[in-house]
Amino acid sequence: MEASLVKKVLEAALLAAREPMTPLALRKMFEAELSTETVRKLLDELREEWAERPVELIQLASGWRFRTRAEFLPYLERLNPEKPPKYSRAMLETLAIIAYRQPVTRGDIEEIRGVAVNANVVKTLEERGWIDVVGHRDTPGRPALFATTKQFLDDLGLRSVSELPPLEQISQTLELNNEN
Amino acid sequence: MTVAVDAPEVAKMAALFEPVARIYGQPVEQLPLDLYIPPDALAVMLDAFEGPLDLLLYMIRRANIDILDIPMAPLTRQYLDYVEAMRVRNLELAADYLVMAAMLIEIKSRMLLPRHKIGEGEDAEDPRAELVRRLIEYEQMKIAGQKLNEMPQAEREFFWVETLVEKSLYVRHPEVSVADLKEAWEAIFRQAKLNKHHKIGREELSVREHMGIILRLLQERGDFVRFETMFDPAMGAPGLVVHFLAMLELAREQLIEFTQTEAFQPIYVRVHQGGSEPGQESA
Repeated sequence: MEASLVKKVLEAALLAAREPMTPLALRKMFEAELSTETVRKLLDELREEWAERPVELIQLASGWRFRTRAEFLPYLERLNPEKPPKYSRAMLETLAIIAYRQPVTRGDIEEIRGVAVNANVVKTLEERGWIDVVGHRDTPGRPALFATTKQFLDDLGLRSVSELPPLEQISQTLELNNEN
Repeated sequence: MTVAVDAPEVAKMAALFEPVARIYGQPVEQLPLDLYIPPDALAVMLDAFEGPLDLLLYMIRRANIDILDIPMAPLTRQYLDYVEAMRVRNLELAADYLVMAAMLIEIKSRMLLPRHKIGEGEDAEDPRAELVRRLIEYEQMKIAGQKLNEMPQAEREFFWVETLVEKSLYVRHPEVSVADLKEAWEAIFRQAKLNKHHKIGREELSVREHMGIILRLLQERGDFVRFETMFDPAMGAPGLVVHFLAMLELAREQLIEFTQTEAFQPIYVRVHQGGSEPGQESA
């Protein structure tokens, strides 16, 4: 099978896929043994080829997937004017703590935020598929340990937790802050 | 700072914006910028804080305080003022804030006491260190949360591409092997066995079919056949009825004829013969 044809097959599969595809899964389409490196190389080429298009091929935590470029959102939005709901600050702070300090218990989150964790916040994040329980801490009460999921990384276009924006170095003298 | 705004200005602004709060009857369009928050405005401010740490952070930032050298006394006093105002309105929320108040007072009291030297050349830990650590960690997470929110998100800033796979564009014929056929046939056979009674029942109900059977039989015999022998009790009651109906139908269509010499004598039946003599009994 010619490489150009293999590449086209990969392209078709990725366009048709409803979830990220791993090179391993993509290899299954071919009878001839294809090395993962070959697939990776062809995927990289595909990404290059789509570079000028409104759709991009990106590598995520759970595989490769096509997505629309963010710059086209303002137009796409007009087709579907209903705006997605915004997450509250409590939600975002809880998510940040789970993402950056994982795995954490509810108690850890409360310790950092200084307020009780609202059960709905955790539930909403679980329902979104962004966090899940990865175990229990071996302390009295065996509290659940939360961590972020691959889907969370996928939805933010990341390959791993290490790609999260680095934590702010908080200047200890806060006098620099003149905002508002 | 009290928010001092002159009255005509206020009237002008009020027409444009819903005031954030009212202080002593005066609408305020902007949240106060420094430490002083009039207690009445707190009801509105409450939602703005995510907890005691958030409130403390706000106070420290607004006052341009060095976080490593927090003036505990004024900070605690100010904080307690807020808590008192909150307590009037939202007891449950105040609980978290009260814990913080207790912590602030504890830190302040420990600062008043002479510090113990732990070891040679080593300063005892500042009582504020733990609070500072928590404030810094909280602020880090607060900023991280905002940053996460700014990142492009699936279904919000971008969409996954899902091309329609039009399956009707190519017809997929199922593959059939000899073994499949054999199996299918056997399945039918098994099914037929299971439904034997039911199946026969359906056939019995076909008058037309029985008409054919009768004609064929009479054709074979070629002569008069005793009426009773035409019926096989094995056909069952519904079968016999249909058979009888078929018989009547054949007679009506003059395809067969019945003969009886006199009442209560055997009835004979045979295929209708063209130009037969009168005296025949046709139903």
